[in-house]
Amino acid sequence: MITLTVDGKQVQVPEGTMLLEACQLAGADIPTLCYDPDLKRVGSCRMCVVEVEGRPGLVASCVTPVANGMIVHTESPRVVEARKVILELLLARHKLECHTCEKNGNCLLQDYCYRYGVTTSRFSGEMPKFTKEDPNPFIERDYDKCIMCTRCVRACEQITGAKAISVAYRGHHAKIATAFDGNLADSTCAFCGQCLMVCPVGALTSKLSKGKGRAYEVEKVRTICPYCGTGCTIELNVKDNKVVGVTSVRDEELSPVNKGALCVKGRFGWDFINSPERLTTPLIKENGEFREASWDEALDYIAEKLKAIKSEYGPDAIAVFSSARATNEENYLIQKMARAAIGTNNIDHCARL
Amino acid sequence: MAQEMRILLKHADQINPESAEDYIRVGGYKGLEKARGMDPRAVIEEVKRSGLRGRGGAGFNTGLKWSFVPQDIEPKFVICNLDEGEPGTYKDRIIVEKNAQAVLEGMAICGHAIGSKKGYIYCRGEYPHLVQLLNKAIASAKACGVLGDFDIEVRMGAGAYVCGDETALIESIEGHRGNPRFKPPFPGVAGLWGKPTVVNNVETFACLPYILVNGADWFAGIGAPNYPGTKILTLTGDVVNRTYVEVPTNVTLREVIYELGGGIRGGKKLKAVQVGGTSGAFISPEYLDTQIDFDSMASISATLGSGAIFAIDETRDIVEIVTRISRFFEHESCGQCTPCREGTFRTREIMERISSGKGSIQDLKNLELLGKVMKDTSLCGLGQAAPVPILTTLKNFGHEYKRKLI
Repeated sequence: MITLTVDGKQVQVPEGTMLLEACQLAGADIPTLCYDPDLKRVGSCRMCVVEVEGRPGLVASCVTPVANGMIVHTESPRVVEARKVILELLLARHKLECHTCEKNGNCLLQDYCYRYGVTTSRFSGEMPKFTKEDPNPFIERDYDKCIMCTRCVRACEQITGAKAISVAYRGHHAKIATAFDGNLADSTCAFCGQCLMVCPVGALTSKLSKGKGRAYEVEKVRTICPYCGTGCTIELNVKDNKVVGVTSVRDEELSPVNKGALCVKGRFGWDFINSPERLTTPLIKENGEFREASWDEALDYIAEKLKAIKSEYGPDAIAVFSSARATNEENYLIQKMARAAIGTNNIDHCARL
Repeated sequence: MAQEMRILLKHADQINPESAEDYIRVGGYKGLEKARGMDPRAVIEEVKRSGLRGRGGAGFNTGLKWSFVPQDIEPKFVICNLDEGEPGTYKDRIIVEKNAQAVLEGMAICGHAIGSKKGYIYCRGEYPHLVQLLNKAIASAKACGVLGDFDIEVRMGAGAYVCGDETALIESIEGHRGNPRFKPPFPGVAGLWGKPTVVNNVETFACLPYILVNGADWFAGIGAPNYPGTKILTLTGDVVNRTYVEVPTNVTLREVIYELGGGIRGGKKLKAVQVGGTSGAFISPEYLDTQIDFDSMASISATLGSGAIFAIDETRDIVEIVTRISRFFEHESCGQCTPCREGTFRTREIMERISSGKGSIQDLKNLELLGKVMKDTSLCGLGQAAPVPILTTLKNFGHEYKRKLI
């Protein structure tokens, strides 16, 4: 075990622990932008810098291993000054339109500027002009708000494995881009939106939820994605009794199957819920026209027809085709019904959505 | 009168640097032979005892660096840093052009000491002729059988200054974007492809054969005791002799500029000297009697760095020079960490504002604050050193900034 002192408080942590975790254990609230517990650390945003006595510069706590006898200051004047300057540098490249930004109220840059009283930047000058329309139905890319934390790049590689985006160009001109700086649709992007999930600012947002309600306006209802049998945990964002978006639950306890990761359907395929075209009652076709029916009537009608076909042509005249949108248990039941009740092995499945 | 002391460059232009035979004729590969007759740990001890410190700029004890390499992990790698991108520095090019075989021998000595069979030379993209030269030199050494089972491969950079940082260099060899890694882990423990790797500068490797042949005590007795040996300096700017010299490390800046450098052109007065390359400190003439060794330079808040000596005369506009330097760093920042990516861009903006007569006193304050934070928080040496020319000129030549303000 390693013993160190954080803001006057002694803590013991196992060897190999990073300072960030040790400081958190000691109760310190360290601001981070590029750090994400599910992604490989890069130590690049430098927001988490702390002062370690005897070290010449400030150290990035997320990538600095603890050492015995370290005396650490997490909010010393030197640390606060550095964090303020870093925030001002980020602010100077960030298109400030919080009043219309989807991430207003749910933005780390905003939170930290509030925390450290950074209202304007002393380093304002030329702004980046990265923004261009990305023609896709799902992901809004506004890199004039990007702070280059590269969480999206790492999520794409390390969670989804798509490797659709990376850092292109250098220095202040560096930006997140697909290969050859093109559109997402022409890349290996699967539109899973894991990049949206990890983006700490308003650079990546959902086109489908745009203007429909911000994080603090919606009620979050935790549920299971209805799309396939995997059973991913999702969070329906509900405003005025309407679903206006889907977000992830990253807590492993609450989202044991997917830990926040979703696919394009789970994250973006929710607009059917409030669609006027959605079927809400069974329909029976009579004389070439559909008419509404009750469930009892519809089920009786189906059972009667199945029985008639079976008695006239035998059970193998019937085939049952199930859906990937049903759960494993439901799929088990339908095959059981096919085999035991109808008496046929003609059972199949659409395999995937 | 200060004199050159040529060890690495003793046979410059007298031997063909591509030819192992030529090099052997003047005593080459004796150091490697001697090292291979020794226990690897004894070689490390010998290098440690010689006091040799890294010639790339950081000045870390070479033997000590090698001693951190774990013995039980295979494979291990030796990398020679020939990504000489520091403006005003060309000593590694000179060493390769004059004495390439000594570099190969030094790498093989290191390979024996740390238990590595594979070396890479990472050559600056702007030195394509050296790639050819080195490949021929390696072929010649292999043909003579002197390298034994130690293999050396030349890899070429693509013109990024930041790849002079050992971890960015490693990323580049691995085929990635040349972004520096955070440390620890240091390359000695987890370097190329995650394996233990020693990265040393060309000049460091070239010293090794002579240390092995003549002994640690001989080397430790040359120049300044804390940074012994010779150092190859490259003189640029307003000196009469814009050339390179190999000198013992206890010569003073005055001797370098006024004796070996022949003084300032046109009989003008010296205004400032920048030591160690573009990221070095600007020193005012009052410190000219300081020795060039690493610790003496550090004592006046300067760095010996790569050994570039850039002298400017009294007629030069120091703000304009620093503005040009700030453009260089803006261009060379990899863009990974916030303080360097944004800081080099904003310092360039502010410097241009001041230089064009549009700056304010607030700009000077902002510049100083930004420089301090960049130094304190940047991920790698580039961002940490980029503000040094600004901070040192603000301190030593502040009046030149102030007279340009509105």
